[in-house]
Amino acid sequence: MDAILIQILNGLDKGSAYALIALGLTLIFGTLGVVNFAHGALFMIGAFCAVTLQKILTISVTTIDPERTDFLGNPLKVQTPYVENWFGPEIGATIVDWAVPLAILLAIPVMILVGFAMERGLIKHFYKRPHADQILVTFGLAIVLQEIIKYFYGANPIPTPAPSTFRGSLDIGVWLGFDPFTIIYPYWRLVYFFFAGTIIAAVFAFLQFTTFGMVVRAGMADRETVGLLGIDIDRRFTLMFGLAAAVAGLAGVMYTPILSPNYHMGMDFLVLSFVVVVVGGMGSLPGAVLAGFLLGILQSFASMNEVKSLLPGIDQIIIYLVAIVILLTRPRGLMGRRGVMED
Amino acid sequence: MLGLERKDTYLMLAVAFITLFAPIILNPFPAGSALAQFNAGYPDLMQRFVIFGIFAIGFNILFGLTGYLSFGHAAFLGIGSYSAVWMFKLLSMNVIPAILLSIVMAGLFALVIGFVSLRRSGIYFSILTLAFAQMSYNLAYSVLTPVTNGETGLQISLNDPRILDGPSNGGLPVTSLFGAEMRDSTTLFVGPWSWDFSVGYYVCAALMLLAFYLSVRIFRSPFGMMLRAVKSNQQRMNYTGLNTRPYTLAAFVISGMYAGLAGGLLAAMDPLAGADRMQWTASGEVVLMTILGGAGTLIGPVLGAGFIKYFENIFSKINDGILHQWFAFMPDGLENVMVTLIHPFIGKGWHLTLGIMFMLVVIFLPGGLVEGAQRTGRLFRRRDRNAGHVESDAARQRAAAE
Repeated sequence: MDAILIQILNGLDKGSAYALIALGLTLIFGTLGVVNFAHGALFMIGAFCAVTLQKILTISVTTIDPERTDFLGNPLKVQTPYVENWFGPEIGATIVDWAVPLAILLAIPVMILVGFAMERGLIKHFYKRPHADQILVTFGLAIVLQEIIKYFYGANPIPTPAPSTFRGSLDIGVWLGFDPFTIIYPYWRLVYFFFAGTIIAAVFAFLQFTTFGMVVRAGMADRETVGLLGIDIDRRFTLMFGLAAAVAGLAGVMYTPILSPNYHMGMDFLVLSFVVVVVGGMGSLPGAVLAGFLLGILQSFASMNEVKSLLPGIDQIIIYLVAIVILLTRPRGLMGRRGVMED
Repeated sequence: MLGLERKDTYLMLAVAFITLFAPIILNPFPAGSALAQFNAGYPDLMQRFVIFGIFAIGFNILFGLTGYLSFGHAAFLGIGSYSAVWMFKLLSMNVIPAILLSIVMAGLFALVIGFVSLRRSGIYFSILTLAFAQMSYNLAYSVLTPVTNGETGLQISLNDPRILDGPSNGGLPVTSLFGAEMRDSTTLFVGPWSWDFSVGYYVCAALMLLAFYLSVRIFRSPFGMMLRAVKSNQQRMNYTGLNTRPYTLAAFVISGMYAGLAGGLLAAMDPLAGADRMQWTASGEVVLMTILGGAGTLIGPVLGAGFIKYFENIFSKINDGILHQWFAFMPDGLENVMVTLIHPFIGKGWHLTLGIMFMLVVIFLPGGLVEGAQRTGRLFRRRDRNAGHVESDAARQRAAAE
């Protein structure tokens, strides 16, 4: 029992990331009908927002402390981040420590801006072109974005730690009545899971309970009719693109303590997220979320030793295997609507 | 000639001429001169040009004709490489059985993968092929280690059986074609120029010409016509009571075999095979090559492959020092500004240039470099034709007067 539980928990953090990226992808596909291969790059840009904020916060001034000496006997040079000078050492240190959650504030405007620029500058011109062209141009864009990040931040992963409050692990097993130390789970992954849940809930609530969201849903169902009613649906869809970019970016920001960001992380996640979207059903938002968590958990089950000894290598291919089976047996995915990209 | 129309014959002859004299054409700058770094005429790179040319030609038969965008073609390249290396290990260092096996194996895999993937089209087809390729890649890295030798990659070793060759004496044997070693080359010195004629390159070049010829024949055949019809409107084809699946499957298998041939040749030139040849970035590369050159055109994929490989090997070697040399004629401040401006796009940043160029091609030139060339050509020709009109008008008037 505890073994099953721990695998489910282990699957949750990856599943949350898949679900968030897939949600954004589906939003874009469902509204604009564009297959966005650059969505992984948006996830990566989000992650690098956290890196950037961390770098900005730790910009330091070097002062010479005459009272202390280093091992050569020279006066010690002390590096103090500017924030510590401005806000006092304690608050300053806390701010630096909380760089990753704070980066959310930076990431939201940045990602919405990037999303707008992408949609207005590039993707707008591709609505009428075939899907293959959309895939190709966004694929090219992904390469460009990735190389730009590589140019500025280098090719090596940059460690971005979680706030010290959330380092360490939590003994969940004790809560649930198991023996201590049976189910140990890092705090941050729990945070990530709840964060992802909040974002997903917020997106759904936005679409479900606001007038704007209602119009967007109507547009997803029948764009032409909404247009005929005198509603400028294109502008709303552009906003949705920004929103989707922000969701991907936030997923990236919060994922940095789990995986040190590097320039190709976007591509790594993109391939899997596409599989997730297809499994969930093109254009179905709940399907994307469900499939994201499902595949994350399946993957973690497949990497259990018991399963691996039974079916060697299954952990490497489970997601693709599931995707192939689903695509062949249930063409519109788990929760896809009838008639949306079925062939 | 050879069942080709006149226009295609010229194209074929031009390609043959360029491939045969590539060692000379690609080395336009004397060795040791400042521009010698732009010489691409060394065997290793030339082999890559033609091998990836074959790969792209094959991909184009699928994507260019039927419009099915496969994101998993590198799997067949990898399978070809592995089969070839196994042939070197078990049978003989002769490249012919190795290449034959790699084509057959890739064809078989393509048959299976294609049979499953082609049940869907559009984005789903892309995802299915991608999933299959990623599965092969992951398996090659993990479970199939006895066959693929995992991360180290499959290599030949001294205690391989090699039934036909018998035990080797001394060092590792080298790949050969009936005794002609692949790595052999003769260097010809003419004045300051030096040209390498390598056996391996000419083996690859001969196969590429064969592959190119076959692709021209396919493009011009009723079968090719059928594939084009699939691209333009598959539904209508189905309504006319025609089952398109066998045609698309045949195209998929053929292009898989081309990829296998390319993989086998890669292994024949350098007998090792690694799983990274199957990674989806490698599949992405062949997509880039084909689109950049011009999908659906005959010569486009070869151009694209050559272009990308040239950039990868030559452009990436330009560094700041060389830039400083180039802009040395400018005043110092301007020189530094220029170097800083260009710096992100060269050397290690060549992928950025490639990405930007690829995007520009997709946006403005959906027909790739070939379309670009045609447009420029038409620009000039139109002017000629206008001139021609005047002449022919004059001729007509003269005829009328007589």
